[in-house]
Amino acid sequence: MFYRENGQFKTTYRADQQVFPILQDRVAIWALLAAAFVVVPFLASDYLMRAILIPFLIMSLAALGVNVLVGYCGQISLGSGAFMAVGAYGAYNIFVRIPGMPLVPALLLGGLCATAFGILFGLPSLRVKGLYLAVATLAAQFFSDWMFLRIKWFTLDTPSGSVSVSNLQVFGLPIESAASRYVFCLAVLVVMAVLTKNLVRGAIGREWMAIRDMDVAAAVIGIRPMHAKLSAFAVSSFIIGVAGALWAFVYLGAWEPAAFSVDLSFRLLFMVIIGGLGSIMGSFFGAAFIIVLPVVLNQVLPALAGLVGAEISTVGISHAELMLFGGLIVWFLIVEPHGLARLWSTGKQKLRTWPFPY
Amino acid sequence: MNLRTLMVATALGLVTAGAFAQAKQQFVPVLSYRTGAYAPNGAPWANGYVDYLKLVNERGGINGVKLQFEECETGYDTARSVECYERLKDKNGGASFVQPLSTGATFAITEKAPVDKVPVVTVGYGRSESADGTVFKWNFPIAGTYWVAADTIIQAIGKKEGGLDKLRGKKIALVYHDSPYGKEPIPLLQERSRMHGFELTLLPVTAPGVEQKATWLQVRQNRPDYVLLWGWGVMNSTALKEAQATGYPREKMYGVWWAGAEPDVKDVGEGAKGYNAVAMQHGAEPQSQFVKDVLAKLHAKNLGTGPKEEVGQVLYMRGAMSAMLGVEGVRAAQERFGKGKTMNGEQIRWGLENLNLTQAKLDALGFAGVMRPISTSCVDHMGAAWTRIHTWDGKAWRFSSDWLQADEQILKPLVKSTAAKYASEKKLTPRTPADCQS
Repeated sequence: MFYRENGQFKTTYRADQQVFPILQDRVAIWALLAAAFVVVPFLASDYLMRAILIPFLIMSLAALGVNVLVGYCGQISLGSGAFMAVGAYGAYNIFVRIPGMPLVPALLLGGLCATAFGILFGLPSLRVKGLYLAVATLAAQFFSDWMFLRIKWFTLDTPSGSVSVSNLQVFGLPIESAASRYVFCLAVLVVMAVLTKNLVRGAIGREWMAIRDMDVAAAVIGIRPMHAKLSAFAVSSFIIGVAGALWAFVYLGAWEPAAFSVDLSFRLLFMVIIGGLGSIMGSFFGAAFIIVLPVVLNQVLPALAGLVGAEISTVGISHAELMLFGGLIVWFLIVEPHGLARLWSTGKQKLRTWPFPY
Repeated sequence: MNLRTLMVATALGLVTAGAFAQAKQQFVPVLSYRTGAYAPNGAPWANGYVDYLKLVNERGGINGVKLQFEECETGYDTARSVECYERLKDKNGGASFVQPLSTGATFAITEKAPVDKVPVVTVGYGRSESADGTVFKWNFPIAGTYWVAADTIIQAIGKKEGGLDKLRGKKIALVYHDSPYGKEPIPLLQERSRMHGFELTLLPVTAPGVEQKATWLQVRQNRPDYVLLWGWGVMNSTALKEAQATGYPREKMYGVWWAGAEPDVKDVGEGAKGYNAVAMQHGAEPQSQFVKDVLAKLHAKNLGTGPKEEVGQVLYMRGAMSAMLGVEGVRAAQERFGKGKTMNGEQIRWGLENLNLTQAKLDALGFAGVMRPISTSCVDHMGAAWTRIHTWDGKAWRFSSDWLQADEQILKPLVKSTAAKYASEKKLTPRTPADCQS
C-alpha cells in the first residue's frame, strides 16, 4: 500500500537508470544515511559504536570487496584475509615511514598495495577456475602470513612482530573518540559503496557478470577474460585492502599477522554467501550476520536463561552461541539459498502487492 | 522477537546494575578463554582468577568493598577480546583493571587503556618493555616478563654447565610459537648469545603447532646442546612427544611458564620426565595456605570454580596470583585515597604503581612460600624479576633450582631502549619525576 511505485512516471533515461528508481527507496535510504550520520553518533553508547558498529562497518566494506570478486565476477577467492593484511601493513608502512603522512592517503595507498598484490595472485584465475581457483588463492593467504611474520622490514623490526598506530587524524580532526571513528568508517564505507554500485552497473560490471555467467560465451561476444578477471581482482582487493587498513588502524589499533588469518578469509567468504552473492545490499546483511549476531547471542542468551531462572556459565554461553549460530546459517541457507539479500527483495515484492497479493 | 528480548535484557541489566550501585562495589572484568584451541590452559587460569576474587569477598572484601566481576569469553581471539574489553570497561561504575591474558589483546588494549583510564595488568606476559613505567604509564607486567623468563633460563643453563663462561661455543635452539608471544624472548636471547658466545638457532613453529616434524628434524641434524620451548597449548605436548621420538633428552629442554604446567605434560606423562620449565615465582602450590582457604571456604560450600582437583595447580595459581596482584593494587589505592571507598581507574593505577607487598602481607594473604615480596615504583612497573626452575618428575612439577634473578645489567638497557623506541614512534614524552608524584 505504501510501497508502490504507481504514478511515478520516468520521463528521462536518467531518471529510469538511477540507483534507486522508486521514490520510497530514495527517501528510505536518505533517511537511513541521515540517521546513521547524525542520530547514531549522539545516541549510541561507546560500547555499541566501538565494539559492534565499527567492526560491522569495516567488515561490510570488506564483504563488499569480496562480493565484487566472488559475487559479480564469479572468481571464488580464499585470499581475502591476505588482501586485508597487505592493505593494513601497506598503509602502516606508508603511514609510519613517511613523516607527516596524512591518514586518508595512507589508507588509499595501502589499498593500492593490496591492488598490486591482488592482481599478482589473480593471475592464476586466467588458467584455473572454480574450486581450483579457491585453492590457488589460498596461496595468497599463506604467502602473506609468511611475509608479515618473517620479513622484519614490514613490521619495522619490532621484536615481537606486533605493530601499532596512534594519534590518527583526518583534516586536523583527531580520530580518537568512538563517535569520530564511527563517522570516519561510515564515510569511507558510503563513498566506496556508491562507487562500487556504480561500477557494477556500468560496462565493467557487466563484463564481470558476463564472465561469471559463462566465460566462453563472454569471450565470444568480445569481452577480454584477462581484462575482466584482473580488473575484478584489482577493484576487489583495493576495497578489501582499505577495509584491512581500517580494521587495523581504527578498530584494533595494534595488531599481529594472526589478526588476518585464513579464518578471516573464510568468514569473509561466508559473509557474501550468506548475505547474497552479487548484491551490494547482501554484503551488509552478511557482515551483520557474521559480526553482530554472535555478539548479540552472547549477550541475549544469559538474559534469556535468567528469565527462566537458570544461570549458564561463560563456556555454556559460548558453546550455545556457536551451536545457534551454526544452526542459523544452515537454516538461512535452506530457506533462502540465494542469501539474505534475496529474502530482502522477496519481502519488498510482497510489500508491493500487499494487501492484494497475486 | 529478538529485538524485544534485547530490550528486556537491557532493562533487566539496568535494574540489576541500579540495585548493585547501592552497596560499595568494585568491578573487575574477567577476560578468559575456556573454549577454543587454548582452552586447556585458559580454563585453569580463569578458575584461579575467579576463585581468588570470590575468596576476597568471603574474607569480607577490600576493607568492606565487595568485588563484583563478570566473565567474558574471548576464545583467544584479539577482535573478540577487544569487544569484551569495550563491553566491560564502563560497566558497573567502570573496570578497576583489565588482564587481557593474550599477547595480541595486550597490544591492542595497551593503545586503548590510557584513553579509557583502565590499568592493564599482565602478570608474566604481555610486552616486556612495558616494565618501563615512565613510557607505559598504564601497563603493569608485575612480577616478571618473558625477558625475565628467558634470562633466568640462560642463567639456569649456565649453572648446570658450571658457569656462564662455559656456554661459549654451545648451541641453543629456541623452538617458538610463531606469534608475538613466541618472538618476545628473541632480543634478550640474542643479547645473551653475544655476551656468552653461544650459538642461537631460531626454529619457528606455525600456530597452533600440531605439525612439528620439520622442526625436530632440524633439531636432530643440529644437535643443539639445549632447547628452549616457547610453546603454547597443544604445541607443548606435541613438542615433547616429538622430542621423545627424536630421542632428544628432555633434561636439556627448558620451557617458558606457558609451557610448564600440568596440561602441557599430562598427556606425555612419563615421556616428559626430566623436562624443565621456568616458574615465574610459583609452581604448583597445593600446600599453600591460600589453596587450603579456597578449599575450605569455597569448594567445601560448592562455591568454587572448576574442578576441585585442579586447585593449586600451576596455571590455577597463576590466575590466583594475577587476581591477587590486581586486588592488592586496589587495596593500596584505598590506603591513600580512602579506605572502604570504590576506587576509579586512575586511583588504582596509582595503587598498582605503589604496590608494596611485604612478606608479612603475603603471609596474611596465604601466599607464603608461593612468591617473594614485590614492590613497584613509577619507573619500575615490574617490581621483581625472580623465578625458579621446576622439573616434571612424571607425576608432578617439583622445584629443581634455587631462586634466580634476571640480570638487571642486561634487562634494564633493553627495556629502556625498546620503550624509548615505542615512545618516539608514538611521540610520547616520558613521564617526569614530578608526574610520578601524582
